[in-house]
Amino acid sequence: MAFKKSAVPFAGTPEQEKKLRAVIEEHKSDPGALMPILQKAQDIYGYLPIEVQTMIADAMEIPLEKVYGVVTFYAQFSINPKGKYKISVCLGTACYVKGSGDIYNKLQEKLGIGGGEITSDGKFSLDACRCIGACGLAPVLTVNEDVYGRLTVDDVDKILEKYN
Amino acid sequence: MVNIKINGVDYSVPDGSTILEAARIAGIKIPTLCYLKDINAIGACRICVVEVKGARTLVAACVYPVNEGIEIFTNTPKVIESRKTTLELIVSNHKKECLSCRRSGNCELQALCKEYGIDENKFAGANPEVEIDDSAAHMIRDNSKCILCRRCVAACGVTQGIGVIGANERGFATQIASPFDMTLAETACVSCGQCIIACPTGALTEKDDTDKLLEAIADPTKTVVVQPAPAVRASLGEAFGYPIGTNVEGKMYAALRRLGFDKVFDTNFSADLTIMEEAHEFLDRVQNGGVLPMITSCSPGWVRYCENYFPEFIPNLSTCKSPQQMFGAVVKTYYAEKIGKKPEDVISVSVMPCTAKKFEKIRKDQSAAGVFDVDITITTRELARLIEKAGIMFCDLPDEKPDSPLGTYTGAGAIFGATGGVMEAALRTAVWKLSGENNDAPIDFKEVRGVEGIKEATYTVGDKTVKVAVASGLANAKALLKKVKAGEANYDFIEIMACPGGCVNGGGQIIQPASVRNFTDIRAERAKVIYSIDANCALRRSHENPDIQTLYKEYFGEPNSHKAHEVLHTSYKAAELYR
Amino acid sequence: MNRINTIDELNAVKAKAAEVVNVRVDGKDNGVKDVLVCGGTGCTSSGSMKIIEKLEEEVKAQGLENKVNIIKTGCFGLCALGPIMIVYPEGTFYSKTELDHIPEIVESHLKNGVPVKKYLYEETVDGDTIKSLNDTSFYAHQHRVALRNCGLISPEHIEEYIARDGYQALYKVLTSMSQDEVIDVMLKSGLRGRGGAGFPTGRKWQFAKASVNEQKYVCCNADEGDPGAFMDRSVLEGDPHSVIEAMAIAGYTIGANQGYIYVRAEYPIAVERLEIAIKQAEEAGMLGDNIFGTGFSFHLGLRLGAGAFVCGEETALMTSIEGNRGEPRCRPPFPAVKGLFGKPTILNNVETYANVAQIILNGPEWFASMGTEKSKGTKVFALGGKIHNTGLVEVPMGTTLRTVIEDIGGGIPNGKKFKAAQTGGPSGGCIPPEHLDIPIDYDNLISIGSMMGSGGLIVMDEDNCMVDIAKFFLEFTVDESCGKCTPCRIGTKRMYEILTKITEGKATMEDLDKLEKLCYYIKDNALCGLGQTAPNPVLSTLRYFRDEYIAHVKDKKCPAGICKDLLAYKIDPEKCKGCSLCAKKCPVGAISGELKSPFTIDTNKCIKCGVCASNCKFGAISKS
Repeated sequence: MAFKKSAVPFAGTPEQEKKLRAVIEEHKSDPGALMPILQKAQDIYGYLPIEVQTMIADAMEIPLEKVYGVVTFYAQFSINPKGKYKISVCLGTACYVKGSGDIYNKLQEKLGIGGGEITSDGKFSLDACRCIGACGLAPVLTVNEDVYGRLTVDDVDKILEKYN
Repeated sequence: MVNIKINGVDYSVPDGSTILEAARIAGIKIPTLCYLKDINAIGACRICVVEVKGARTLVAACVYPVNEGIEIFTNTPKVIESRKTTLELIVSNHKKECLSCRRSGNCELQALCKEYGIDENKFAGANPEVEIDDSAAHMIRDNSKCILCRRCVAACGVTQGIGVIGANERGFATQIASPFDMTLAETACVSCGQCIIACPTGALTEKDDTDKLLEAIADPTKTVVVQPAPAVRASLGEAFGYPIGTNVEGKMYAALRRLGFDKVFDTNFSADLTIMEEAHEFLDRVQNGGVLPMITSCSPGWVRYCENYFPEFIPNLSTCKSPQQMFGAVVKTYYAEKIGKKPEDVISVSVMPCTAKKFEKIRKDQSAAGVFDVDITITTRELARLIEKAGIMFCDLPDEKPDSPLGTYTGAGAIFGATGGVMEAALRTAVWKLSGENNDAPIDFKEVRGVEGIKEATYTVGDKTVKVAVASGLANAKALLKKVKAGEANYDFIEIMACPGGCVNGGGQIIQPASVRNFTDIRAERAKVIYSIDANCALRRSHENPDIQTLYKEYFGEPNSHKAHEVLHTSYKAAELYR
Repeated sequence: MNRINTIDELNAVKAKAAEVVNVRVDGKDNGVKDVLVCGGTGCTSSGSMKIIEKLEEEVKAQGLENKVNIIKTGCFGLCALGPIMIVYPEGTFYSKTELDHIPEIVESHLKNGVPVKKYLYEETVDGDTIKSLNDTSFYAHQHRVALRNCGLISPEHIEEYIARDGYQALYKVLTSMSQDEVIDVMLKSGLRGRGGAGFPTGRKWQFAKASVNEQKYVCCNADEGDPGAFMDRSVLEGDPHSVIEAMAIAGYTIGANQGYIYVRAEYPIAVERLEIAIKQAEEAGMLGDNIFGTGFSFHLGLRLGAGAFVCGEETALMTSIEGNRGEPRCRPPFPAVKGLFGKPTILNNVETYANVAQIILNGPEWFASMGTEKSKGTKVFALGGKIHNTGLVEVPMGTTLRTVIEDIGGGIPNGKKFKAAQTGGPSGGCIPPEHLDIPIDYDNLISIGSMMGSGGLIVMDEDNCMVDIAKFFLEFTVDESCGKCTPCRIGTKRMYEILTKITEGKATMEDLDKLEKLCYYIKDNALCGLGQTAPNPVLSTLRYFRDEYIAHVKDKKCPAGICKDLLAYKIDPEKCKGCSLCAKKCPVGAISGELKSPFTIDTNKCIKCGVCASNCKFGAISKS
């Protein structure tokens, strides 16, 4: 069985570790601290590789499996790094009935990756997401913080070009 | 007590009972899969559903508490049909190779499918791809047979406080595995096998070494000797229809002989030897300012746990090898010399209630004669399978005796198989010694017997006070060690066994289904066998064993002699694995 | 903000803030214009933050700083028209505002008092008269209780909430009502949980109060996960203090001094406003120790979800707050007895809490006067899908679906026909045209096979395939199933597989039968409420649109033309001019022919993408 480690090597800095240790220290005694700690850890590192999860497990004196089980349960936690540009396509009902599924497929085809994956140059990662609440603009996708709404399949190329 | 109605009949049951327990009182067995008393009451599998008057949906009997006036229906068409569908869904995601599955005939899922007459292909559909993990020395995990009841997770996390396995991902993709899909061998798994005996199906099984064993027996150039552990005789009979708690020692010797072993010895002998070394080591530590508390080292699951989780206690571990390893070491040295054979030509085989023994035998510093002390380790379950495969009619066998010289034992050696047994055996010799080798010194130390997870006692011998503690189950061990570490408790001698209840409930014993485990304390029943053997022994202190005395006279000299250290003692090393 | 210790201090803050806020309520001109720009997620997505920047810049440039207040509010409701901007005291309504509209609006309207008609929402302009937003059909039918402050106050200033009677109810409860009196008021009001199941709020509080324990908890479910629902987000973004105040009231009532709000991490604006609001409430002494000097203490923590729909289920939400995989637990024991961290706990949803202070202040009779016999008050819906006015609406219980869709929602675009409305998200069902006039309340919706749910209301037209919609919801459920219990983990997966077979034209009538039986089995056997309701989208579509299923199974046809495997594109030789455009556009080269004579489609190669049909200038390509 293959050890599910990311293909991209871990490049955590001492500053990041210091920040994480401070976060753990701050929350450690709170009841149910694991979720907030993981959320902040992901803010610090961008994802939750084994090195980060091990640090958290050891500091909280809980099994690594407990941490990993929680991480893999929630869609927002990622054990893989995300692209420089994170594309999310809303597949909520409102967007779906207005054709966001086609836009999602088109992006997979254009980028040559599946959902949840990252392009080999690390530039784009693609995810489907649940309703982001911009139903008035359906169908919607986001690239990092930018929101694109009222889309058609033909808009995909234009949007990708902006980031090339 | 509360008054309830089950299927229209009135009963009075204890307050706080679950429907499952109340139905049992009414003589009704409600099927379960995920429920395991005390550690896994999660209501997940839904096989135990029943109807409750007024409830919107069916309810899970394993967790639903009864209340005054509740009306329960356990076998309506809706209930039966629901359970059937649940089984059909489970098997739609289960590798159905029942003809060859290790657990066929002893599989809880299979038994229920037969009872409910399911259509096994009704919901054929996608199954997640899984890889078989055979990385560990002691077991194989095949998640294609896993039904996600999580009993193994509870055994590992709750009973043992380890938690190297758990539920990962979610929904249909949920898998019981280790973090980052690492193999068991990469984790701090201690090989205790509690997960295996918790598994209702064939998803978790011990590694089978019986073929290797048959080959050795068939090899005319080898002398093959066997040592069955103290707890094996307390469980083996269950595989042949005997009630739990039946002593099948005599038939066990007879069966081993009929399998073709050249000599049938007994680990009880080397348990006595262990006491000789360990009791003297303890006295030496007490008298010469050694590291205390001394902690026993017979349980390889515990030793591994100590190395992984509490390396700071390594100096406290007794340097004595376990009885299995002492036996193997004596076979490869003293016995091989005695019969004029090279160590590699005497095959030392052990039958163990334990899966961790498969790991222990390949540890470093367990090779007194330059080859492994023990060549082949099989579990009680593997022995039962061998006996069946060999066509030996176990129930019809006569009661036989072990061979000499490595088969003679005292009551002290016999009780090694239960929690508190090693402590009591050591105390018998140590207290005798401290009281000036007084044969009237006490023999029964009942304070350390019983299935409680942590036991404590203080004994005074003359002007000396000995404080002891006994823990079984690693979650209990963890709690105890934390107290010791924090200085909240002070002991001279601690016995720790990895499995709750000790070896009688080891990960290699005959598997009892949850329907039995939930209502019978199998630890206590099997322990009774061991204590009755002890009570019936003429000699009950290890140093009284005549063959042990001969062994020291002919080979080791004194306990803890240089030679004894070379052959009978070992060393430990902290491990850095993913915890 | 100084700590408020007495009612006089509270009233002093109120009086001062009211001077600012009242212009938006009573429309009295005091020479200052309040410009409210929606800062909800919808409008923010369409750029409202940049509009605010530009406004500030322009107001400064034209020297109007003392004459104009720019206020970032929560959601106004009409998300389809964003970014939205309202100017008080007139209440004029600018829609789809763009950056280059701003200088003209500032100059003409804010400086010279002449609204710029061309940028106003067209419905508000009728020749020379300009209607206020409250007179538009979208707002006229609404009755705002939970949303009363949304779009009216700045959610980032506690004073504005106080100006709107904020924290008066908390004061009243702490100083003049016993715990049982509060419960009595809640019971009498008839308020039922707005999260979906509709359990009476007063009873929930009563149970938790009755549990004896030193430590109890009050939780707020803001893990709004139904696709297409954003009621709770809008309340949190627009009026966070209404939730905080209600939680403190609930804490007093059941005897809890600690609360948690569990909010989706996907709602960054709501999270930020909650953080600000909690901080301000703590500074003002409305949270913390010894509130109003009464000795009552209440602390509030924020916990973020992490993308698991199941955490909207109450026991799963609690296991998640405890730091675990968000898997539901069996009930009993109920949370009121053994909830968060094993202690008695109440959990209410955002919208439920948003009603509480109003009920305390206006009395239970006032609340109970709205709605139907068994469903009191109002309900907020998130209107979405094939409808003109996508957005947020609040109507009295008992309003008909027709009123919501046709009058408030403005009907269906492009002259299409209404086919169904989906309520209750993945736990709910589809309502067909014959039930459009049914008054919406908890019990009526259940009786027609749907449920209130948290308030998502998705409208579908004739182009939607109901089997496809059911499959969509099942895919959601399969994705979001926690995996703990067998019926949901494997059962919904098998349902999804059967639905897929149906949409691919590979299913038999036995499959349909199996599907239906599986639905009823899962309803009876799943561990938690989400699993038990997961089959509803299938059951309700089977109930009202069975013929569509049968068309897929027996005739291998998708009547709505959605299920690709059952489609065939055809070129009508009569209409085809042989221009070759379709052949050029076809991504797989499935179309061939000679110029100026009719082209044909090779159905074996065709991937049914529809590009040919959308490009044909002569309407010669149709799908069947």
